[in-house]
Amino acid sequence: MVRLSAQSRIIQAGFLLAMGALWYYATAVGGVHRLLLPPPGEVWKTFYGLVQTEEFWRSVKVTFWSIAQAYFIAASAGIIAGYILTRSKLITDIMEPVLSGLFTVPLTLLLPIFILFFGIGPASKIAYGATYAFFPVALNTIAAFAHVEERWLRAAQSMGASRWSTFRHVLIPSAFPVVITGLRIGFVICFASVLGGETIASAVGIGHNISLSAEQMEPGRLYAWIAFVTVTAVALNLLLSAIENRVVKRDRR
Amino acid sequence: MSVAANTAHVRPLTHGQRVFRWRLAFLAAVVLLLELYGWYGADPTAWVPVSKIMHSLYKDVLSDSKIVTALGWCVMQITVAYVLSIIFGVLIGLAAGSTNFNRRTLFPIILILYVIPQVSFLPLLVLSFGLGSAAKIAFGFSHAVFPIIINVVSGMRSVRELHLNAARSMGASRFDTIRHVILPHMVPSLFNGLRLGMTLNLLGVILAELYVSTSGVGYYTKLFAEDFNPGPLFALIGSLAFIAIVFNELVRIAEHRLTPGKHKQTAIKTKKAEQP
Repeated sequence: MVRLSAQSRIIQAGFLLAMGALWYYATAVGGVHRLLLPPPGEVWKTFYGLVQTEEFWRSVKVTFWSIAQAYFIAASAGIIAGYILTRSKLITDIMEPVLSGLFTVPLTLLLPIFILFFGIGPASKIAYGATYAFFPVALNTIAAFAHVEERWLRAAQSMGASRWSTFRHVLIPSAFPVVITGLRIGFVICFASVLGGETIASAVGIGHNISLSAEQMEPGRLYAWIAFVTVTAVALNLLLSAIENRVVKRDRR
Repeated sequence: MSVAANTAHVRPLTHGQRVFRWRLAFLAAVVLLLELYGWYGADPTAWVPVSKIMHSLYKDVLSDSKIVTALGWCVMQITVAYVLSIIFGVLIGLAAGSTNFNRRTLFPIILILYVIPQVSFLPLLVLSFGLGSAAKIAFGFSHAVFPIIINVVSGMRSVRELHLNAARSMGASRFDTIRHVILPHMVPSLFNGLRLGMTLNLLGVILAELYVSTSGVGYYTKLFAEDFNPGPLFALIGSLAFIAIVFNELVRIAEHRLTPGKHKQTAIKTKKAEQP
C-alpha cells in the first residue's frame, strides 16, 4: 500500500518534470514559436520583474478584493436564502428545481447585462461572481436543511427541546458538512467567474492583464500571469479542501 | 345541484401537481413584475418590458440572418465540443481508472487540472487557435472533458469486486468484462459526468464567444450593450439561454432513456423466476 502510493508520488513528480522538460525542449530545440510558447527561463524572468512592479500588486489587490466582496455576498445570501426556503416543504419543492435549472444555464450570459448595469469597473464583476457563486451555496444549503432526518427532529421534539436548541443541536450539526461543501464549490466558482469577467471586459485586475498581454503579443507576461493564477488557484483549492476535511471530520467525531 | 355534480368529478390535487402549479405561478409573477418594472420604474437604457424584448426577438434577432447564422455556429461549436469531450473523456477515464495504480497516479493530476480556472488560458487559446470556431470548440472541450473523466473513473470504482471476480472466473475476456460488467455499472455515474460536462461545455463555448468580440455572438452582445439597446441584447441572451436549456434537456432525456431502469431489473427477476 505504502509502496504503491510512494510510487504514485514519484510518477506524479515525474509527470510534472516531464511537462517542464517538454516545455523547455519545445522552445529550445523543437522550434515552437516564441509567441505561442516562450521558454521557461523567459517566463520566470518576466515574472520576477513583474512582481517588483507596483502595477502587479495593484491588479492583484483589485481582483482579490472583488473576489472577497463577491464571495461574501454570495455566501451570506446563499445560506440565508437556502435556510429560509427550506422552512416550508412546499416552497422547497417549488423553488429547488427553479434554482438548479437556472444553475445549469451558463450564467456567463448575464455578464453583458451586468456590464450594462454596473459599468466596466469592478462592480460588474462582483455582481457576476456573486450571482454565479450564490447558486452552489444556496443549492447545498437547501439540500442540507431539507434532508435533516425526520426522526432526529422528532426525538428532539419529544425530549422537549426548544426551537432554538433544536436549531443549535440538531439542524446545524446535521447540515454543516453539506453547507461547507457548498461554500467551497462557491469559492472556486467565484474565483473563476471574477477572473473570467475581468478577462472578457474590464479595465483593471488580473484578468484584464491576461487579456491585455495576449492582445499586445507579450507571451512572457501572459504566461507569467497565467502561472501566477494557476499556482494561486491550486494552492487555495488545496487549502480549502484541507479545511473542509478537517472541519467535517471534527464534526463527525 | 349542478355544482355538486361538478365537484364530485374534481379530484384533489396531488402534491406534485400543486407544486407544479405554484411554480408556474411564481415564474409568471416574476415575468409580470419585470414587465411592470420595465413600464414604470426602469431606466430604458438598462431594462425594457418583457413584451418589448419579445418584440425585438422577432424584429431584430430572428429576422437578422447574420445573427441567426452566428447562433447556428454557436450550436455547431457546442455539439462538436461535446462529442469530442465524450470520446476523449471516456477513453481517458477508462485508461485512468483501469487499474488501481493508474487511478492513484493519474487521478490527482486530473483533479488538479480540473480546479485551475481555465478562463485564464482563454486569451492564449484564442492566440493559438484564432478567432474562429476552433478556439471556441477547444475551450468548450477543455471545460467538458474533466467532469466526464472524473465521473468515468469514479463509476469504474463503484463496480463491485464480486462481479469482476465472477466475470473473470467464468473466463470473460478483458473486452467482455468492460462491455458486460463495467459499462452497465458505470452508466449512472457516466451520466452525472455528461450532465455536468454539458453545463461546463456551454459555459466554455459561450465564454469564448463573448471574449471574441470581433465576430459571432460576442460581437452582437457587445454591439447592443455599447448601444445601450437592451431590447435586442436581452432577446439575444434569451435565445442563447434557450439553446442552453435545449442542450441540457437533451442530455437529461438521453439519461432517462439509457439508464438501465426498472424494466431491465424486472426482466432479470423474471428470468430468475423462470429457472427451476
